[in-house]
Amino acid sequence: MTSTGFVLRMAWREARAARRRLALLTASVMAGVGALVAVNSFTDNLTVSVAEQAQALLGADLAISGRKPVTEVKVAQRLVDSLRSTGGDSVAVASSVNFAAMAYMPTSGGARLVQVRSVEAGWPFYGTIETSPAGMWGRIQDGAAIVDPSLLAAIGAQVGDTMALGEGRFPIVATVINVPGDVGLQMALGARVFVSTDALPGTGLLGFGARVQHETFLRLPGTIDPQAVAASAGPVLRAERMRVRTVADDRDNLTDGLTRLGNYLGLVALAALLLGGLGVASAVHVFIRQKLDTIAMLRCLGATSGQVFAIHLVQALAMGLLGSVLGALLGVGLQQVMPIVLEGFLPVGVRVVPSAKAILLGIGLGVWTAGVYALLPLLGIRDVSPLATLRRDADPPPRRRDPARIAAALALAASVVTLASIQVGSWWQGAWFAAAIGGALLVLWLASIAVIRAARRWTPASWSYVWRQGLANLHRPANQTVTVVVALGFGAFLLTTLFTAQYNLLREFRIDGAGEGRPNLLLFDIQSDQRELVSGTIRGEGITPSPFTPIVPMRLSEVNGQRVRQILERGTTTVPDSVESEGGERDGSLWAFRREYRSTYRSDGATVEQVTSGRWFVPGATGSGRTADEPVEISMESGLAEELGVGLDALITWDVQGVPVFSRVTSLREVNWAQFEPNFFVIFAPGALNGAPQTWVTLARASNPAARGRVQRVLAERAANVTTVDLGDVQRALEAVIDRIVLAIRFMALFSLITGAVVLIGAIATSRWQRIREGTLLRTLGATRWQVLRIISVEYAALGLASALVATVLASAGGWALARQVFKSNFVLPVVPMILLALGLVALTTIVGLWNSFDVLERPPLEVLRAE
Amino acid sequence: MLECEAIGHDYSSAGRTLTVLKDITFRIEDGGYLAIVGPSGSGKTTLLGLLAGLDRPTRGRVLLEGDDLGRLAEDDRARLRRSKVGFVFQSFQLIPTLTARENVQVPLELAGTDRAAPVAQELLDRVGLGARSHHYPSQLSGGEQQRVALARAFSTRPRILFADEPTGNLDAATGATVVELMESLNAEFGTTLVLVTHDLDLAARARRNIRLADGAIVFDSAA
Repeated sequence: MTSTGFVLRMAWREARAARRRLALLTASVMAGVGALVAVNSFTDNLTVSVAEQAQALLGADLAISGRKPVTEVKVAQRLVDSLRSTGGDSVAVASSVNFAAMAYMPTSGGARLVQVRSVEAGWPFYGTIETSPAGMWGRIQDGAAIVDPSLLAAIGAQVGDTMALGEGRFPIVATVINVPGDVGLQMALGARVFVSTDALPGTGLLGFGARVQHETFLRLPGTIDPQAVAASAGPVLRAERMRVRTVADDRDNLTDGLTRLGNYLGLVALAALLLGGLGVASAVHVFIRQKLDTIAMLRCLGATSGQVFAIHLVQALAMGLLGSVLGALLGVGLQQVMPIVLEGFLPVGVRVVPSAKAILLGIGLGVWTAGVYALLPLLGIRDVSPLATLRRDADPPPRRRDPARIAAALALAASVVTLASIQVGSWWQGAWFAAAIGGALLVLWLASIAVIRAARRWTPASWSYVWRQGLANLHRPANQTVTVVVALGFGAFLLTTLFTAQYNLLREFRIDGAGEGRPNLLLFDIQSDQRELVSGTIRGEGITPSPFTPIVPMRLSEVNGQRVRQILERGTTTVPDSVESEGGERDGSLWAFRREYRSTYRSDGATVEQVTSGRWFVPGATGSGRTADEPVEISMESGLAEELGVGLDALITWDVQGVPVFSRVTSLREVNWAQFEPNFFVIFAPGALNGAPQTWVTLARASNPAARGRVQRVLAERAANVTTVDLGDVQRALEAVIDRIVLAIRFMALFSLITGAVVLIGAIATSRWQRIREGTLLRTLGATRWQVLRIISVEYAALGLASALVATVLASAGGWALARQVFKSNFVLPVVPMILLALGLVALTTIVGLWNSFDVLERPPLEVLRAE
Repeated sequence: MLECEAIGHDYSSAGRTLTVLKDITFRIEDGGYLAIVGPSGSGKTTLLGLLAGLDRPTRGRVLLEGDDLGRLAEDDRARLRRSKVGFVFQSFQLIPTLTARENVQVPLELAGTDRAAPVAQELLDRVGLGARSHHYPSQLSGGEQQRVALARAFSTRPRILFADEPTGNLDAATGATVVELMESLNAEFGTTLVLVTHDLDLAARARRNIRLADGAIVFDSAA
């Protein structure tokens, strides 16, 4: 006990006098903990908000959805009837229809693709839909429309105007402010328009080829458990290609997605904390170096190495704790900013409340990081001999293969993996993250060593004194090259990687780019007899449309002899892994069996497709598809084949509007879905589908937005069922969403840069006294202040340049890996922006370096020499 | 009692072995007062380090109260120093971040004394610095710092006190005060005094002198 008391007392007394030096350690963990607490606290808030508003997300207890209305599917209707008879009056039903259509303003002439959502009176049963002006939601049952504010701006209309949807006319009575459960991404494909289900037949838009989603919402009394209903009715409804959803399903899906987003943002924050760990290590290293005399004296007076080690560990932990607590406070403040950063992207209103769990976790991680990073430099204390009180050079060389050091290094590595795994929620991903961080740090470290060697060997003797002296500073004893290059390079690497990834992601979607000639107008749902009209309208604007592509809607009926109805009813396939692994993103499992396919037929492959196995159709060799003996050849997208668990030569029977069509897979293709071209999961050889009911799709490129607007307007008036998509709008909407996420990630990455700057300041502080002394000596020997200033500038500019170069190379590799492996897109290096980023880093390093070295110029030489 | 038996010590530097002490043998009885003198580089400081258990001799044995210092692990030697040994250095070696009193308290606290603060205050009173107990070393003059160091050295009533050039950084008058103080404490507590010095006047005050040259004893007044 006395020993513990001694250790604590000494730790306190020592820290008292070293507050400024230890402040660096505190600052190193602060930004990282702040970022972590902000993200995790916000994610907790989101989860709580989703749980609180879960019923409002669905607006009902249960929803049954499918391509057909409940009234047309017997088992579904029976379910609704039986629920009604069990629950009596407390059961309420409201049906809804969702589809895409062209909205047209007869007054302004504006036209735009919208997502129509019709609802019946009563929905939502829970929660409210906010409108502006307020309280207008009920008016849609009187034949009015409520729309997204973005639509009004896009088509030049205002509340009070009348909007046309096909043959129907709807006065716009309000704009919608908030619909629970809708996320920003959904609006990318068109503004929302809410009308009454009763008014739909009047639009004439629900004819053949229209892709309509029906949904029936039910409110159930407390005596009926929606979860139980969903579990028992699910399989039967699935066989009818219908889905049943409950509040819990919606909540869980949303929570999963948001948690994942939070986890990844948290990982970026964690990177800042780990970088801060480097700051801790360098601060402790410097601190210990300055304390060698005291340590030797304590040893001389009889303190054991364990006691001296403990005194300094307690100090590091205490400062880590202080930094973590300050960081947590910072995080709570930052948390208020998070909803603004992610505005419009969140499906629920978020009540921002500090989360005790996130704060404690953040503080815990901060203290742990401080401790584990401090350990390695602290172990050096054991090498300080008491003999150093008598002679300065008494220190024995550091031990080789020291078990304590090996254990500390292992603890550090294990900590990084564990922290990352906790943050991302998976050991495997945590290990990958740790390996990537470790790899980047290793490269930066190697690069810094290379810089030191290069400066030592290759500084030309013919260069001026200022240059030689500045570059010599990179390799002289107690240089700061390693610390600065590693710390600054790491922060810059994170930021630049994110930048390159974002640049490439957005580039894939860019349609308006000059000279690229990509189509920017997509027209679909064109009936066979409307082809002339559409083609004429486009040509009237002086634009040539691409050849019309036929689209035949169909469903899977049999896969290799297995009836799809049975697969759906059973709820599992013979393919064990493939479906489940993608399940979260693709609307539950079995999506590939349930969905409606919109296939085409043609003899040639499209530009964005690549046959990966099998062969393309051979003219004349393909069957009619009418009987199982004469299958028509099809080419399938390889991802789909994986989902269905089929390969080449698989036999698949399709239900094309009630007629069976037999087919055989003769080729698999890779499709780049990021390209705005008509892409297809399945392409049939010509012949078999020529007579099937079909619609057509075409593309055009109109550089002039006004021309695109005119085409949309004319077609909305004269062929209301034809859907025209201005891909420029879609691109802008997608960009807005991606920008939001990137902004959030960058916001987090900024903390790495802040931490990097703290570490930079720490590194400079390391050699500050030595620098002042040398600068003073130089001035005593006759150097002008201007020369000293230039020497320091050369040193820091070189450090900044080295950090920037390595960071740029690493970030190019990182950006390439992200683009190719994660986003599956091509990679282009953003050369000019990267050069600008690198120059910015050089400038930052030089400015911080000069700012910190100001004393060198200000102090009179005599004062410094006297202090010697 | 402190004994050294045929001790020798080598340093290796840049791959070469340098012998700094050769075959040193002597013994000091309890309460003795020994001055080790010799020119720079004669091995005085190295010998002091070995006698105090700050390092292990390459050859031979150092026995402090019967304990073979060379056989003790570093932390065991630390515990032994804590209970039996005191130090005074040329450069005072006060811990700059602690006040005068806290510096004196350190050995007492290490020894687990309950009344560290009052005992330390008492010792500072004895060396005439009672009023300055809350000052930091940088706020004290050289002589004052050395007196604090003396108070620290005697705080645990050590059996033996090692002093390395205790007056080396002090002017003659202050140096004399410090030496008198050291000797009176030596007399009062019966502490053995071993000091290393260049200063022949100071050495002359000791009851015994050992002169070193080139790492070997060339003169021992007790021989």
